[in-house]
Amino acid sequence: MTTTPDTANSPRGVGGRSLTARAALWRHTRTFVPVLPFLAYVALGLGVPTYIIANLAFRTRDGHLTMHNLSVITSGGQYLLGFETSIKLAFVTALIPGVVGTLIAYAIAQSEHESFKRVIAAAAGVFANFGGVNLAFMFVAALGPAGIASGWLAHLHLNPWSHGWSLYKFSGVAVVYMYFQVPLMVLVITPALNGLRPQWREAAANLGASKWQFWRYVGLPVLMPPVLGSMFLLFGSGFSAYATTEALTGGTIALTPIQIGSILQGNVISGQENVGYALGLGMIVILLVSVIAYALLQRRTSRWLRP
Amino acid sequence: MTSPDVLDPQRSRTTTEHSRDGAPVVLHQLTRTYGTTRALDQFSLDVAPGEFVALLGPSGCGKTTALRMVAGFDTPDSGQILVDGVDVSRIPAQKRDMGMVFQSYSLFPNMSARDNVAFGLRLRHQRGGLRRQRAHELLDLVGLAEHVTKYPHQLSGGQQQRVALARALAIEPRVLLLDEPLSALDAKVRAELRDQIRALQQRLAITTLFVTHDQEEALSMADRVCVMSRGRVEQIASPAELYAHPSSAFVAEFVGVSSRVPVERHGDRVVLFEREAAIRGESPALDAGPVDALLRPEDVSVRPDPTGAGVVQHRSFLGASTRLEIGFADVVVKTDVRSVDAGDFELGTRVSLDVAVLDVLVTPRRVPSPEG
Amino acid sequence: MTQIDTLNALAVEPASAPAVRRLRRRRLRVGRGVVLLLAGAYFLVPLYAALDFALRDIQGRFSLSPLTQITAQPGFGAAVGLSFKLSVVTLALELIIMVPTVIYVHLRLPRFRRVMEVITILPIVIPPIVLILGVLAAARPYQWLSASPYLLALVYVVLAMPFVYRSLDSGLGALDLRTLVEAARSLGSGWISTMWRVLIPNLRSALLSASVLTLALVFGEFTMAQLDLWTTVPVWIYNSSSNNPHVVTAVAMIFLVAMWVVLTLIVSLDRTHRRTKDTP
Repeated sequence: MTTTPDTANSPRGVGGRSLTARAALWRHTRTFVPVLPFLAYVALGLGVPTYIIANLAFRTRDGHLTMHNLSVITSGGQYLLGFETSIKLAFVTALIPGVVGTLIAYAIAQSEHESFKRVIAAAAGVFANFGGVNLAFMFVAALGPAGIASGWLAHLHLNPWSHGWSLYKFSGVAVVYMYFQVPLMVLVITPALNGLRPQWREAAANLGASKWQFWRYVGLPVLMPPVLGSMFLLFGSGFSAYATTEALTGGTIALTPIQIGSILQGNVISGQENVGYALGLGMIVILLVSVIAYALLQRRTSRWLRP
Repeated sequence: MTSPDVLDPQRSRTTTEHSRDGAPVVLHQLTRTYGTTRALDQFSLDVAPGEFVALLGPSGCGKTTALRMVAGFDTPDSGQILVDGVDVSRIPAQKRDMGMVFQSYSLFPNMSARDNVAFGLRLRHQRGGLRRQRAHELLDLVGLAEHVTKYPHQLSGGQQQRVALARALAIEPRVLLLDEPLSALDAKVRAELRDQIRALQQRLAITTLFVTHDQEEALSMADRVCVMSRGRVEQIASPAELYAHPSSAFVAEFVGVSSRVPVERHGDRVVLFEREAAIRGESPALDAGPVDALLRPEDVSVRPDPTGAGVVQHRSFLGASTRLEIGFADVVVKTDVRSVDAGDFELGTRVSLDVAVLDVLVTPRRVPSPEG
Repeated sequence: MTQIDTLNALAVEPASAPAVRRLRRRRLRVGRGVVLLLAGAYFLVPLYAALDFALRDIQGRFSLSPLTQITAQPGFGAAVGLSFKLSVVTLALELIIMVPTVIYVHLRLPRFRRVMEVITILPIVIPPIVLILGVLAAARPYQWLSASPYLLALVYVVLAMPFVYRSLDSGLGALDLRTLVEAARSLGSGWISTMWRVLIPNLRSALLSASVLTLALVFGEFTMAQLDLWTTVPVWIYNSSSNNPHVVTAVAMIFLVAMWVVLTLIVSLDRTHRRTKDTP
């Protein structure tokens, strides 16, 4: 976009801007026209619902502005419990699968068999997307009170049910979540692990570092940003899961997504109809923080692991 | 690189003086096989203290394998590696006290240039203040004083390699190992760094092994060059010796430019462009079969001749000189003329060649391979 | 040479280096193997258990009858039909919107790729359970919209965007897009003809994987379908669990196996496509 040196003297159009500058501006805007359908669809499909949630979170049933919905949540009771439990669940199913997934991904990356790596990569992709109803049913069949694996473990006197565990409570749901959280971690952390250059290991050894010293000074510091970032991703995934838990517990566990579902199905006290939107807004805020943390850590990762 | 050597005044030595800091390195009959391929085959090399030896050869010749064995990243199937008389084969890489510069990507990304250089010192429990001072000195030595706090991703390729060099030197190694450190860099940066590395090495008198596939690099930097092929030594000699008296066709064709010309042999003389020339002494053992002569561009001179047997087929402008490819039937001879005279040698000009040397390197005739 | 003589004089035969190397490698492999074995057990045992459960009849004996009874279950056919219709509409809309857009961005607006990448992260911030909240509220005033199952299809298009974008983006990245387009245009091809005859055929594997991922998404999406009160396959599975749990588990397992087969196909397709690109 060149500005003509004679802008001061060129013919003026409406608004006082020179015609050439306006033509250039129009030309620049015009290049965005073909992506308008996409942007419009996203605005309608994502933007409008989000706006409505944010709006209705602060309105009563009659449309008046209010903080009532928020105060219902923050003043304690089931909704606050729901948030606490959801955050705890998301944290646990981000931390443990984060560590386990990294170890598994590292074990795979060290393997010398290319075909093995490919098979595992494909498997990770499948398991990471395996969620919802199918996953819940699978675990009921395996570790339900009459489940087959429960039976096997009973032979070893290790049946978790007889030790007070329940598939339908917090710890059970967490175990089920691991099934897709661990593969997700493996998928997300593998590129970063592949970015660990063998030259660093060799250079460190050459300078006198033992294996532990390498990990302490180079390996772990370099891996920290991607591992942490991925754990934030896992947190988001564990926090927003609905289908798996709903199918598993039938909506009987106090988690925010379940509570939103319950409200949508009509289980709500009169006067609290819009609390669901406040819950949704709360979820959006928490997820936003999580995603921003992930993005910031990703930036650091890409600087170090892909020069 | 004109800054005074602040590391240790006693370190400013030339290679002619025996330095007590550079250690002699002996590689004795190293052999290494990967599956069915012989990466190294009875490879032997003696490196004097403070000497700069280049390992030169095409990819797959074993030069990197040999270097990595000295560093400790690979173990030979048989053979010994002696540093200052001590067999280091059983000593793990961490304890060998050698500095290594890799081809690329070896700087620790989570540390600044200064921390990278100080890393070896930190492992040796040097105090923080002293470490930083040494790191600054070394980075100054390689010309990066203003970049000490920069991270690797903020540095150019040439700068990164200079930091890598400073880092390797920080631990005051007895031996310096360089694995194609300039291959990943631009031509201009490569040329600059070449001089800087050589100057630094000479000043510090560290025994140095330098692996490269670029013969220009090897010839311009090294005290001696070890030309390798298929895991074996082809020839070990000074650059001048290597160029003037190659001991085999491989060396003659790998180092510098050579043209192959089939010739008639009569006893210990050959007929070359209607002249007789003696067979050079170091020519490989010849049986009774047909032979080729290996000619450098400067071994022949060319003049325009309407009755000549040769035709100018190709010209390459090289600056001060122009390289001509003269075709005789199916033989091509390369020779150079001054660019100011190149006007007499347009494409298609008929020319005659005169042999300007008294003896030529002769080798068994190679059967031409089918063109791909 | 005296160093060598000294060494020979010592004449100690060191443990052969290849043997030492092999021992070290075996030790590493054991550690790695244990990790992978434990992981494998955690993932494969429930799978096996579910398959076992699925292939038993009501008395608990091993039987293939659950498989044959699938189609006879009440509502199954309707659920499959609905899921199928939704996936067709979703896919059509998805491709119509995304293919020209991504091509255009690659050609003319490379800076916009950043924006698109951000947009594809958005569905993580607004997960299905939250999105359906807003969508239902937005559609409520419009009877024709809120009463139609295709409202789901419209939202699924948004859910599928991250996957579809990534597929198309990498597929286009592997092409020399500018050259192809300029060559086609210089030979006289108009824009639509260029897209249809030149670009789309070259994007076959990317389009295939994008389509398959979209289909998998629609057939697997439970949250929004349940809360919008439409009985797609996942909702049907959930609702029917009490009727004959074995049959329903069998359906769930079939979908898992189908997903696996399909994803493996995509991965191998991508690999063969890349291989043919490398050969001269």
